Amino acid sequence: MTVGHDAGAPSGAPAAIRTRGLTKVFKGGQVAVDALDLDVPRGSVFGFLGPNGSGKTTTIRMLLGLVTPTAGDHALLDRPLAEALPSVGAVVEGPAFYPYLSGEANLLRYDAANPASSARDARSRVGQALERVGLSAAAGKRYRAYSLGMRQRLAIAAALLRPRELLVLDEPTNGLDPQGTREVRALVREIARDGTTVFVSSHLLAEVEQMCTHAAVMSHGRLVAQGTISSLHGGRPALLRVETPRAAEAARILDGLGLAEVTAAGSHVTAELGGHAPEEINAALVRQGVPVRGLAVVRPSLEEVFVGLTGEGFDVDG
Amino acid sequence: MSTADISAAGTSTAGVSTPAAEASAAGASAAGTEVLGQAAASARTAGRSGGVAAFARLLGSELGLTFRRPRNLVMLALLALVPVLIGVVVRTFGSDGDAGGIVAATAGNGLMLTFVSLYVLVPLLMPVAVAVVGGDAIAGEANAGTLRYLLTAPAGRTRLLAVKYLNAVVFSLALTVTVAATALITGLALFPVGDVTLLSGTTVTMAEGLLRTLLIVGYVTAGMAALAAVAMALSTLTEIPIGAVAGTVVLIVVTQVLRAIPQLDWLAPYLLPTRWTGFDAVLRDPVATSDLGQGLLAFCAYTVLFGSLAWARFTSKDITS
Ligand SMILES: Nc1ncnc2c1ncn2[C@@H]1O[C@H](COP(=O)(O)OP(=O)(O)OP(=O)(O)O)[C@@H](O)[C@H]1O
Ligand SMILES: [Mg+2]
Repeated sequence: MTVGHDAGAPSGAPAAIRTRGLTKVFKGGQVAVDALDLDVPRGSVFGFLGPNGSGKTTTIRMLLGLVTPTAGDHALLDRPLAEALPSVGAVVEGPAFYPYLSGEANLLRYDAANPASSARDARSRVGQALERVGLSAAAGKRYRAYSLGMRQRLAIAAALLRPRELLVLDEPTNGLDPQGTREVRALVREIARDGTTVFVSSHLLAEVEQMCTHAAVMSHGRLVAQGTISSLHGGRPALLRVETPRAAEAARILDGLGLAEVTAAGSHVTAELGGHAPEEINAALVRQGVPVRGLAVVRPSLEEVFVGLTGEGFDVDG
Repeated sequence: MSTADISAAGTSTAGVSTPAAEASAAGASAAGTEVLGQAAASARTAGRSGGVAAFARLLGSELGLTFRRPRNLVMLALLALVPVLIGVVVRTFGSDGDAGGIVAATAGNGLMLTFVSLYVLVPLLMPVAVAVVGGDAIAGEANAGTLRYLLTAPAGRTRLLAVKYLNAVVFSLALTVTVAATALITGLALFPVGDVTLLSGTTVTMAEGLLRTLLIVGYVTAGMAALAAVAMALSTLTEIPIGAVAGTVVLIVVTQVLRAIPQLDWLAPYLLPTRWTGFDAVLRDPVATSDLGQGLLAFCAYTVLFGSLAWARFTSKDITS
């Protein structure tokens, strides 16, 4: 079930998550995850993207041992699962707690389930976890009375009960207000700074773009791309966009400088930047008397990359 | 670095060739032991020495949930009320009529109320309470979604099942002790205290009577614990706790009906309810140990059988709730 350290593999860094041919076919023939080869390097903040129903949660359930794969191998932290799990914090498919217990009592309950946690410092660790997610004031309140965002925060607090080597967060900002979302992003960055690997599933692309160093994209249970955020962008060229009342003239100059795909339209010109320095292009335009109102380098957003990979359709992956 | 590469759909990730993956899969067990880091190794040693303490902590947490849950406390309180009711009724109406047998015996000695109360509660009401706790054990956590967090904590499936079962056994014991204790107190308060006349007509001292009551409490607890194993097995089959509880109660009722059918006499010894009321063996002189032994054997057999079923199911189940 587990994959050892393949000594011959060129990937130098140890893996936080590694899967090979990971597949899940549910009863009834639904292929939820199809031959997944995932490599999450240690220390990365890894965005796990994909449309609804593309198999993200099923993958996470397999990684955590909740669901048995139909085929394939997987390993967390290069260790057997039972030994890795105490060092892994997880949020899987939203929060789930005992409604009649307080937030604090709920965390103590989950902490008691971890054989690697000691009862001695449990209270202080629970207190710290609650503080990190801004729930200290609601610690004694029954979970039943928590708002959606408070519940989500409590789930994140449960993942932070101990110092972790890996955090697996399935849509952690679901239901959070803008402040909450920002706080979670800041929290993830802070956790990552301490050396913890963060594996975060989401379909909020802007969020992933802001917070992640790496990403993978799922579609219909298959992995369609994975790599660093810049390498994902790298598939598409950056564009230069110049605003000027004399667009035709500017286009001629850009052509002359050797830029590709130069198109003039109305009061602006676009071209592929290629290896050129934008400041030199600006200087050249000004030198030749073209008034430059604005000049910008436009990189394709992750959203465009994502839509390019998973298609425009709105239908869920069935 | 392979992670920096983009793998397009259908092509394999550059840098991670299939043979490498196969090789690693083939040598997984060997490599798995080699790569154990210092931390993992020390965690394992700590796990061994602290394993008992950690298990006790989880059991403590489980007992805390069970015995603080209003529903369970209400069940205990209601069942504790039954001996009081019986005592008051016998005291009020039993003495002035020509009541015979067991009622007269109850009116004649404070200790007999314990026996009578258990005889009334053991066939159905106590089992229902145990079914509620046992049936809720896994299905309740699955239904609330807390099961996935317990298992990723990681509680361990076998460990969690063991804790849940022990919790149900402790609840069974608490239930039996509660009923017996209120019956004893009520009996001593309402009826004469003294030597006890057994079912076989011989008389024993009050002290021996108390000792025999303890024996009954142990026997009834074992019977309820066997039922808890059945409820737990059903609990691993569903994500709807009420389903597991209702299923267990239906099983109890059906077996009670089967017992009552004369043509099925041969089946009766193998049914749990037949054995539950077998504790009257304690009230014979000498104690009918072979009957008690057979009853305990049946409880053991049920516990092992249904415990194994629960384990087999729970350790292989996909947790998708
Ligand atoms: N228990 C199950 N039985 C059968 N099919 C399932 C089960 N759980 C999930 N699936 C199917 O597997 C596929 C992947 O589901 P999954 O929950 O992994 O998607 P997801 O990427 O997490 O989606 P979302 O973004 O909506 O959370 C879906 O088609 C879903 O219908
Ligand atoms: Mg999901």
